[in-house]
Amino acid sequence: MSMNRREFMQLLAIAAASGMTLHSNFARAEKAAEALYELPRFGNVSLLHMTDCHAQLLPIYFREPNVNLGVGDMLGRAPHLVGETFLKHYGIKPGGIEAHAFTYLDFVEAAKTYGKVGGFAHLSTLVKKMKASRPGALLLDGGDTWQGSGTALWTDAQDMVDACKLLGVDVMTLHWESTYGAERVKEIEDQDFAGKIDIVAQNVKTTDFEDPVFKPYVIKNINGVPVAIVGQAFPYTPIANPRWMTPDWSFGIQEEGMQQAVDAARADGAQVVVVLSHNGMDVDLKLASRVTGIDAIFGGHTHDGMPAPTVVENAGGKTLVTNAGSNGKFLGVMDFDVKDGKVADFRYKLLPVFSNLLPADPEMAAFIDNTRAPFLEKLTEKLAVTEGLLYRRGNFNGSWDQLIVDALLAEKDAEIAFSPGFRWGTSLLPGDTITMEHLLDQTAITYPWTTLTDMSGEMIKTVLEDVADNLFNPDPYYQQGGDMVRVGGLQYSCDPNAAMGKRIDNMMLNGKPIEADKTYKVAGWAPVSEEAKDSGPAVWDVVANYLRAQKVVSQRPLNLPTLKGMEGNPGVAV
Amino acid sequence: MNNQRRDTLKAGGSLGMLGLLAAVGLIKPEMAQAAWNKDAFDAKDMDAALAAVGAGKPAESAEISITAPDIAENGAVVPVGVVSKLPKTEYIAIMIEKNPAMLAASFTLPEGTAADVQTRVKMGQTSNVFAVVKADGKFYMTKKEVKVTLGGCGG
Repeated sequence: MSMNRREFMQLLAIAAASGMTLHSNFARAEKAAEALYELPRFGNVSLLHMTDCHAQLLPIYFREPNVNLGVGDMLGRAPHLVGETFLKHYGIKPGGIEAHAFTYLDFVEAAKTYGKVGGFAHLSTLVKKMKASRPGALLLDGGDTWQGSGTALWTDAQDMVDACKLLGVDVMTLHWESTYGAERVKEIEDQDFAGKIDIVAQNVKTTDFEDPVFKPYVIKNINGVPVAIVGQAFPYTPIANPRWMTPDWSFGIQEEGMQQAVDAARADGAQVVVVLSHNGMDVDLKLASRVTGIDAIFGGHTHDGMPAPTVVENAGGKTLVTNAGSNGKFLGVMDFDVKDGKVADFRYKLLPVFSNLLPADPEMAAFIDNTRAPFLEKLTEKLAVTEGLLYRRGNFNGSWDQLIVDALLAEKDAEIAFSPGFRWGTSLLPGDTITMEHLLDQTAITYPWTTLTDMSGEMIKTVLEDVADNLFNPDPYYQQGGDMVRVGGLQYSCDPNAAMGKRIDNMMLNGKPIEADKTYKVAGWAPVSEEAKDSGPAVWDVVANYLRAQKVVSQRPLNLPTLKGMEGNPGVAV
Repeated sequence: MNNQRRDTLKAGGSLGMLGLLAAVGLIKPEMAQAAWNKDAFDAKDMDAALAAVGAGKPAESAEISITAPDIAENGAVVPVGVVSKLPKTEYIAIMIEKNPAMLAASFTLPEGTAADVQTRVKMGQTSNVFAVVKADGKFYMTKKEVKVTLGGCGG
């Protein structure tokens, strides 16, 4: 089904009349929808881009970060801008619907006004609308699509695989997909996706002979223009996630391989070459400055919702670098004007997906209902009510992680707790009921085991230093794109500009300094080593126990490190 | 994927990669064994390792490139390759600064051989990897940092 503007407005009116989810002031909503989603077509080649939806089939809330520090060359540059600096940089009016979509500012009040974001039924309506106004447009999926919800985990990714086929995804690349194991990924590629969705990844090779595991790129004909889509899977999958799940696959950035793939695509006749990337934005920016012949990199992984592309100059010309946020909150729309065999001009817009302004696509809505039905009882279990805002995203502890480390400390009887610096995980407003589904939105992974480890003070410092370097190494190629490990019990200071091994200081526990050779009981979850398989109960069971006992979760203070050398950094606002 | 090649090599069994290369005449067995330089492989710091291979203080050269991951996927088997574009390259050594024994591998290249070598090295921690090249009687080097991390916590 495709839709023109009149049909879209009719659907919106029907939705409003039937009292569905629409804004109380329909006239205002209609106006807002028209302003947001009436995007005139430009040029002759259009690509739609979604990324990092983390299996969120239903509308959710997602608060953007107030701490997203840039260090080294990235200081003060996109994506390392937050709040008002962000708005000023992109010329977005404060207080409006777009300011709410792109920043954390006034989050709770604005979320109540504008409602939830994302949801595949609403995204589907927007995709159809864009495809209708842009004949030949393709939908690219940057990965982190099959992981992040209870239903994705319990169906072994099948719900998302089917949803993506229904949504009309044409090409995708990978990251968390690999945590279902190499065999499952290949099974989906060979069976479910055959003839429908191409998986591309030039940087995934076998560990023995470096043979390609996936197609490096595909060439699609859009309105007579050959367009190459080169894939770049998350380079550090076997490091950030368990290597034993893809033991025969090697990843890495593979700059030379990227140049070869781009050159080969051009030699094959491609007039437009784009990269569908899961590198993370800092890595994409560096790659764009060093590899030539790429018109645009459609990026993900770091969950940066960037209203406009960054234009990067390199020896061969210019490359646009975009990043399309997370959790189904945005759809990127790139229009290229291709003339005389090359890109002459472009228009780009990152559209926020406001569920109240986009009527649910009936077919997708029915699919989602069906797929959730067998799990509804488990998903809707009420665990507790939150008094404060719960969110995850940001370089240091968010309130959701604070709750998780507090639960780990209590339930595991530990002195210190660690929780991984994941960037996925949705938000809840004050007064919301925390259901099992919401808890799984923060924790649903294929290696969810909790751990309780005796660690020396020296080892604890090593862990913090190691993760801090993955976040703050001045060379993006040495970063892994997650946030800082979330910490409970332990206080510390962090100097992001310092060298590896020298960033973490003043480590204190209950007012006493951590001693290097003393042993501490440390709780954690998501162990990546194969030996740690089944090390303890799944994290959602541990946290659910804690929440059921609490009944009401009070707003808790965040255990944040004391930052050094970050005064005036536009990547932090308090 | 080229499964046939993989199966052939697996079937080769005890013969191993080196054996196969020897069998097709690419490397003579004595070449693989003759160059064992005990002092070099026992060296405990970079100066000693460089001295033991006779390199002294080699000049940095942009004609040498190292192919290695920025972050190692598995510290136990880090793929490292070195290509030298220096004319008359006759020797290539790979040294890992932070390893207990620095010299990981050395290659003596017969005249006319492409100066393009690859091996796997073991690394216990983040370190600079040095490629030391002897070409036309003189030593040159370049380096690249390879990070070895604890893993976990990604995106």
